[in-house]
Amino acid sequence: MVRQDEPSTPVERMDGHELAEVSPQHPMDRLLRRDRLPHIWCPGCGLGTALNCFLNALIQSGLDPDQVAVVSGIGCTGRVAGYVAMDSFHTTHGRAIPFATGLKLANPKLKVVVFSGDGDLIAIGGNHFIHAARRNMDLTVICVNNFIYGMTGGQLAPTTPTDARTSTSPTGNRDHPFNLAYLAAASGAAYVARWTTLHVRRLQRSLCEALLKPGFSFVEVISPCPTLYGRWNKQRSGLEQMQYYKDQSVIEHGADPRQADITLGGQIVVGKFVDIAKPSYLELQKG
Amino acid sequence: MTTTGALQGEYFISGDEACAEAGISAGCRFFAGYPITPATEIAERMAERMPDVGGVYIQMEDELASMNAVLGAAWGGAKAMTATSGPGFSLMMENLGLGIMTETPCVLVNVQRGGPSTGLPTLVGQGDMMQARWGSHGPYEIIALCPSSPQEMFDLTIEAFNLSEKYRTPVLLMADEAVGHMTERVTIPPVESLKLYPRRKPTVPPEQYRPFEGEANGVPAMACAGEGYHLHVTGLTHDERGYPATSSADAQARLIRRLIAKIRDNRADIIRTESKWLEDAEVIVVAYGISARIALWPIEMARAEGLRVGWLKLITAWPFAEDLIRELAARVKAFVVPEINYGQIALEVERCAAGKARTLLVPHAGGDVHEPHVILEAIRGAAGR
Ligand code: SF4
Repeated sequence: MVRQDEPSTPVERMDGHELAEVSPQHPMDRLLRRDRLPHIWCPGCGLGTALNCFLNALIQSGLDPDQVAVVSGIGCTGRVAGYVAMDSFHTTHGRAIPFATGLKLANPKLKVVVFSGDGDLIAIGGNHFIHAARRNMDLTVICVNNFIYGMTGGQLAPTTPTDARTSTSPTGNRDHPFNLAYLAAASGAAYVARWTTLHVRRLQRSLCEALLKPGFSFVEVISPCPTLYGRWNKQRSGLEQMQYYKDQSVIEHGADPRQADITLGGQIVVGKFVDIAKPSYLELQKG
Repeated sequence: MTTTGALQGEYFISGDEACAEAGISAGCRFFAGYPITPATEIAERMAERMPDVGGVYIQMEDELASMNAVLGAAWGGAKAMTATSGPGFSLMMENLGLGIMTETPCVLVNVQRGGPSTGLPTLVGQGDMMQARWGSHGPYEIIALCPSSPQEMFDLTIEAFNLSEKYRTPVLLMADEAVGHMTERVTIPPVESLKLYPRRKPTVPPEQYRPFEGEANGVPAMACAGEGYHLHVTGLTHDERGYPATSSADAQARLIRRLIAKIRDNRADIIRTESKWLEDAEVIVVAYGISARIALWPIEMARAEGLRVGWLKLITAWPFAEDLIRELAARVKAFVVPEINYGQIALEVERCAAGKARTLLVPHAGGDVHEPHVILEAIRGAAGR
């Protein structure tokens, strides 16, 4: 769905179909706010998979969900905070990380997870992102990267590959994108991984590792946005985008993130790039 | 120093230092900030003192981050504050709005300097008073206090924390460079003797708790993260559970009316003023911050000349003391408003005087305080001499 801002219970999809009935039970029910479902995401969107992997990873990690807080910014991914049955904060655009920083430092017993999109975390929130990574702040940051602004209708993002089309680069992007994994690693993150939503089990494993890693852990989740990125770039369905990820992705653990740029039509290097031991912010405070 | 780490006794300190000490006495255990003249001394004092009291000081990457970290810390259970000046205050406006919308108690100090833009970093201004009132977008009410001395930097910081907890809202301490940098004797009372308003926690189980339903005075009780309440907190328009309700003008009306009413309907409890010689006054000088203190001198000179002049110090700039100004307007000739800007609080005085009494602005572009004789001239003019 293309939307500026939407009702909490949308009645109709953009294509005019009625929404599917909500199934009476889901294995993740205890971690979801059932009274907020159905969610607002489009069919074929990768966000459901990303959220599902996160919840599975959370269970696997053994962390007590009552001591986990999820903080989001604004955008399609920003809505994650609204669906999890945990303490959850939907903050302003780009500001999830500093909000999460305050939350974590005021109550270090909490596991604080930032779950947001590429535009939110890296464009308007870019300064906060690099500084939290520099501090090795004790946060897990999950960035769903769909290469576009979804919530506002498909505009150019700082991740949009050169030549890719969006509503504000209708003839192709004439700009360089960020390589998020490289940015996180260069800024000081202790843990950096990248997967697509096709790599469900590997993504889940990385998310679990990230949740248990002291310091700044970063997981980039490449995710289809068929409604907007797909429509502008000749991959009209979620399935086509997943097929593209399958064809293009190469697993390369320990790869140098500098070599992992994402280009239009090029290889997508995925894997765990960084997992280093260095004192986290909280550890440093102990002196 | 006492066992709690808070100071007690008589100190010769600056307004900025008194402000930081008051935060510590009020139980503030989280300070996030970014260096900016003339508020930096607050951050420096906090950086030095927070470790003594088991609190957190963090220097953020900018003021956007500082304000957000303060909000996050409040939801993590801490009393939290930040301090800044003009340019940083502008950056904080975005998330001051988030604090108001999510009803997050915290204190934001603005040690005002000359503006606009980078302006006069080391010199006084009072040009952010309307920004304090309206600087974030959308309809809202705000509480802002104006200290006139280092002692008041202490006392009103305590007050700001109390009001923020009582009304579950960010509170602004609108200081100015003169007061922030002035060094005077400050009495710090023992912590046990301070009346501190505790955070009001829910008394119902999580299933029944509605974090955005007004109870006493329209203010909801506040659970924090990690307490088992599974809060959802959003800057979107939300219902009483905190769930987004963005397609409903009704939900917007319910929320906004309550957010506004919890301040407006309690203004008698919130508004503080101080006055002298109002009984016989035919002219009243209305001022705040350093200007209220400066105004006393020309008022005394005018009274020595036989002019019947009163002094009204606005300790609370917002909500504005409109009932009092209305009442006074009915019986005085004129209000004289010296402020270090080109007419901000004077506009409010004029609005409330509603033509019943004249309002004379005594403007100042900033960089210095008013010369007493300039205010004296205005008083003479207002009195018809
Ligand atoms: S990211 Fe794209 S596909 Fe997913 S909900 Fe947003 S607009 Fe729809």
